[in-house]
Parts: sequence; structure tokens; C-alpha cells
Amino acid sequence: MTARADASIDIAAGRANRSVLSRFWERNGAGYMFLVPWLIGFFGLTLGPALISLYLSFTNFDLLREPVWVGTANYVRMVTADPKFAASMRVTFSFVLFSVPLKLCFALLVAVALNRGMRGLPLYRAVFYLPSLLGASVAIAVLWRQLFAADGLVNMFLANFGIVGPSWISNPNYSLWTLIVLSVWQFGSPMIIFLAGLRQIPADMYEAASLDGASRWRQFYKITLPLLTPVIFFNAVVQTIEAFKAFTPAFIISGGTGGPINSTLFYTLYLYQEAFAYFRMGYASALAWVLVVIVALFTGFAFLTSKFWVHYDD
Amino acid sequence: MATSVTLTKIVKRYGEVEVIHGVDLEIVPGQFVVFVGPSGCGKSTLLRMIAGLEPISGGDMLIDGERMNQVPAARRGIAMVFQSYALYPHMSVYKNLAFGLETAGLKDAEIRPRVMRAAEILRIVPLLERKPKQLSGGQRQRVAIGRAIVREPRIFLFDEPLSNLDAELRVQMRVEIAKLHRELGNTMIYVTHDQVEAMTMADTIVVLNGGHVEQVGAPLDLYNAPRNKFVAGFIGSPKMNFLEARLEAVDGVGSALSVAGTRMILPRAVRATPGSSVQFGVRPEHISLSEADGLRLADLRVDLVEQLGGATMIYGTTADGQTLTVSLDGQQDVARGSTVTAHVDPRRVHIFLEDGAAG
Ligand SMILES: Nc1ncnc2c1ncn2[C@@H]1O[C@H](COP(=O)(O)OP(=O)(O)OP(=O)(O)O)[C@@H](O)[C@H]1O
Ligand SMILES: [Mg+2]
Repeated sequence: MTARADASIDIAAGRANRSVLSRFWERNGAGYMFLVPWLIGFFGLTLGPALISLYLSFTNFDLLREPVWVGTANYVRMVTADPKFAASMRVTFSFVLFSVPLKLCFALLVAVALNRGMRGLPLYRAVFYLPSLLGASVAIAVLWRQLFAADGLVNMFLANFGIVGPSWISNPNYSLWTLIVLSVWQFGSPMIIFLAGLRQIPADMYEAASLDGASRWRQFYKITLPLLTPVIFFNAVVQTIEAFKAFTPAFIISGGTGGPINSTLFYTLYLYQEAFAYFRMGYASALAWVLVVIVALFTGFAFLTSKFWVHYDD
Repeated sequence: MATSVTLTKIVKRYGEVEVIHGVDLEIVPGQFVVFVGPSGCGKSTLLRMIAGLEPISGGDMLIDGERMNQVPAARRGIAMVFQSYALYPHMSVYKNLAFGLETAGLKDAEIRPRVMRAAEILRIVPLLERKPKQLSGGQRQRVAIGRAIVREPRIFLFDEPLSNLDAELRVQMRVEIAKLHRELGNTMIYVTHDQVEAMTMADTIVVLNGGHVEQVGAPLDLYNAPRNKFVAGFIGSPKMNFLEARLEAVDGVGSALSVAGTRMILPRAVRATPGSSVQFGVRPEHISLSEADGLRLADLRVDLVEQLGGATMIYGTTADGQTLTVSLDGQQDVARGSTVTAHVDPRRVHIFLEDGAAG
């Protein structure tokens, strides 16, 4: 008696479930159908490979044989027995540390200058943005190599003043700096965003401040900078991630070696060497995941501290 | 000691376009002066030139006798309240008030009492730690005024400070600003396009139109003796009625005109040649329906009646097709479609010549 009652409740529940499902499908099915291309892309090309690489990072894998599970050996080796890992970390961190603030300062400087309501603004905007379109390309990296070579344009220019410049690119003291300069030169996209941010600040704010007796400089750091912090924050996060991921220029300038003496061995370049020069896919995957964690930590840190210095006006 | 402002032949040009055409104005120390005029007439531009936010293209601007044309805004001893409030959104109310004093290099010990005094005058002490976005419109307006007060300026400038507030708050702030003026005694210049604000707040009203000064005077002088048709139409609410009329005869003491089919005798001479056409102006509140109150003006067909409780507005048409507005005290029983007779007191009639000047 009770058993039968339970069963009938189960059946009723099952029927109810089915009808909930089919109603859900009726209401939302079309939407999900439209999502299918994206879903395929996301699962097939982003999430899937990411998870597989996470798995591979715990294996030895040379593309030819089956991956062999090695536990955390790859990660342990990284921190205990791999001087190139440490070297590439140093290079990438130096690059991020110098290129991001320099680039942001430069972008802000140009944006403020352009925001002074000058004639021909659209032209200047386009001209200054151009390097950002070209900068990441192989051609510009090649050009950069010519510019900073021993007999390059930079040294030809310096020679006019009687200065004999070194070969910037093949001197380990300077080679990273040529890459930092190259990255700062591509200040266009943060500049455009800064410019948009500056446009958002109402003119009467500056009028009130000038009636309050504030000089241009005081207006800049008491009004402009604080009101621009959301944009500065956005640019800083995006540019930091970009800088951690930088690859092409270092690859071209050093011919893929990260030389001289590992001075341009970006983390991504080292990762590339491990993966596609030595076919240590497991180790390369582990390197990739360490980078992911580092970028996540940086971004998380930025968001956590943002409430102390970013002013949101909502 | 309050401060005078003198404008001589002030001109403003934007490139080729001249928007202020030689304004002469003498502002008496301690007065509350209101610039009023229709949109685009140059009120804000004139105010911003006094403030130093716009360069002056021509003429002289003196404050207390000292030429100010080239003096930067901050050194003119002026504070301005903006229509948008222009509060610094990232600073607390306290910081907003203190900003000018900090900029001037005052020490905290000097700043605090001044901020607190301004905050007490404006009753914003409980709000001092808030950010502007946590304030209502009226509170923001108070903070904006407070920011002007703490600097202890010689002159206060207001550019339509109440236009973002609702009607009730506007009346309340109007009273408060007037009270503030009495307490502080500074010279204040106030821009508005609302002639009610101008009438209620001003010691002196400056009526601007198209970059010219039309008339300067006390509110009731402008109301009673407008110098031209523009001022007559702009000052006073509801607007003055204008009827087409013809001057028939003038002698030393009186004039005869025909208006809306009626012959009317005015007890004064009109400065125009007989036979010329003139505008006959009469305010709605100076028209009555009873014979006891004046001369018969015209029969009106009543098109619309508005009962305001305290007053009754009648919109009518004369036999020759001109419209006339009548404002009667109290609640009057007038039916739409009926015919009434308008009477006017000839001493309260205004005549305007063909060029708009009062005659
Ligand atoms: N930057 C400018 N360039 C060119 N013309 C301007 C500029 N600013 C104002 N004007 C013109 O000057 C005239 C006066 O403008 P102003 O802002 O002083 O008017 P206003 O009386 O304050 O009007 P409102 O009541 O609408 O605020 C207007 O015709 C306007 O088009
Ligand atoms: Mg204006």
C-alpha cells in the first residue's frame, strides 16, 4: 500500500520534471540555439584545451608518446632546478614593471595634451594610434632590430653628436630596454581610452577649481587624476596582462633565442621554446599555468586595492 | 564693505560672431542684481566675463574701481555657484568646502572654523562627511553655495542655481538665498530666465535681450514703467496683453486712440503723431469686468476659463479678432462661450510706438 503510493509519487514527480524541462526548452530553446556557435567555440577552443593543458601540466608529454603522469614533478622542477625559469621570470617581471607604468604615463601625457582642444585633433589621434596597430606586427619588430642595431639609425643619429652607441640589441644591458621602448611606443590604445575618460570630466569642474584658485597642475592632480582613476585602473589591468603575455617583439629581436645571455628571454618565449623547440609539452603546460596564476594574482590584487584609490561615481 | 562692479561698453565676440554688444552697467555695492532675459540673450556669457571664465573682447570691467579685464578668475575675489553645482564628486562635502582654502595654503586650524561656520549657515553640518552623490538636489545646491561662502568673496555670482530643483524647493531656496544676502550683505549677481525669481529676489533687475541691456531698474519700476515692449512683455506674469491701436489725436494733457473698435481717452500725451499705429498694452490683472473699475475696452467672447482658486484666468477674443487675457481675483463665475465686457483703468495702460519704445 505505502510502497505503491511512493511509486505513484515518483511517477508524478518524474512527469512534473519532464514538463518543467519541456517548458524550459519551449521558453529558452531558441536562445540556446543561437548560443550554440559560441558554446562550441568556448568549450571546444577555450575551456577544453585549457583543461587539457591543466591535465598535461602534471604529465610528461612529447606529442609522440602517450602522456605519462608525473604528479607535481614539473612544478617542483621549475622552482628547484631550472635556472632558465628564474631568468625568464626576472625578464618578464622587469618588463612589466617598467613598460606598464612608462606606457601609461606616456599615454596619459599625450591624451592630456590632445585634450587641450587643439586643431586637427582627429588627425593627431590617428597618427598617435598608428603605432599600436603596427607595433605588434612582425614587420615593426624587424624594423626595431634595424633601428637599434650596431649600425642602426639610432647610432647613426648619435654619431652626429660624436657618441658611439653600442649595439643596443646585442648588449644584454640594453636589449630589454629596446623592447620596453618598443612597448611604450605603442601607447595608442590606452591613450584613446584616457582621452575618452578626460572627455567625461565636465568643464565646469575645472572652472570651479580655477575660481577656487587652483593652478593647472593642482587641477590636474586634485581633479583630473582622481576622476580618471577608473580609467587608469582599467588601463593598468589590461596593459599588465598584455605585458605578461608579450611575445612577438622578443621573439623577432632575439631570433627566438631570448638572447643575448637570456636578457630578452620573456617568460612566454621560454614557454614557447620548451613546447616547440624541445617538445616538453607537459612542462610547457605547467609554465603556462604558472603564468595564469601570476596574472590572476596580479589582477585580483589590483581589484582588491582598487577600493582604496579608484573613485567610482555611480 | 561691499563691492561695486562697473561694466563699460563690454563686448563679447566668439570669432566673428558678436554676442554681447557693448553693455554698460553700474552695480551698486551690496545690491542683489538679477540678470534676466530669454534663453541665449547672453546672461551667462556676461556673468562668466565678470567671473573671469571668459575673456572680455572689448570694454572695461572694474571691481571696486580696479580694472579686472586681465586679472585671472581666482584673484578677482569672486565666488560662483553653477547651475550644475560643479561639486567635486570624489571629495566629501567638507573637502569640497575646504578645497579653495587649502589651495590658498591656509592651515587646517584656520580652515575648519570657516567651513563649520558656512556649514552652520546652510544647515549642512550633518552632511559634511558625505560624498556629493549621496545628497539630494537641494542639499547639493546648499553645498555649492557653502563652497562659495567659505572663500569670503567680495562678490557672489549665481548662474541659474535653482533650475534643477523642483518647484517647491525652488521657492524655499529662493527665500534662503535672499536671506543669505541680507545676512552677508555682499554684492550678488544672479542669472535667471525666470522673471518670477527676478521680481522676488532682486534689488535691481537687468533685462537683457539679444546681447543688449533693455532696461535696468527696481522690480516694481520695471513692472510699472517698462521702457519698451520687450520689457513690458517679459516682466510680469501672466504676460501683458498687446492690442493693435491707432492714435487719433493728441493734445497737451490727453490722447485719444481707437483700439479694438473702441475710442479710448488716455489722461496723458502719447509721444507720437496722430494717425500712427501703436501697441496698446495692458496687464491681465489690470482688466476688470465691472464698469466701476474704468473705461470700457472691448466685448470679449470667452474661449477658456482657468480656475486657479485664488484667481480666475479668462482667455477671450475681441470682436476684431485679437486675443486678450484677463486675470480676476478670487473665483469668478464666467461661462465659456459667453460674452463679457473688459474695462481698464486708463492710468494703467501702456502705449508702445512702432519701434517698441514706450510712448
Ligand atoms: N562658445 C561659444 N561659441 C559661440 N557662441 C557662443 C558660445 N557660447 C555662447 N555662445 C552664444 O552666445 C549667446 C549667449 O549665450 P549665453 O550662454 O550667455 O546665453 P544665456 O542667456 O545664458 O542663455 P540660457 O538661458 O539658455 O542659459 C548665445 O547666442 C550662444 O549661442
Ligand atoms: Mg545661461
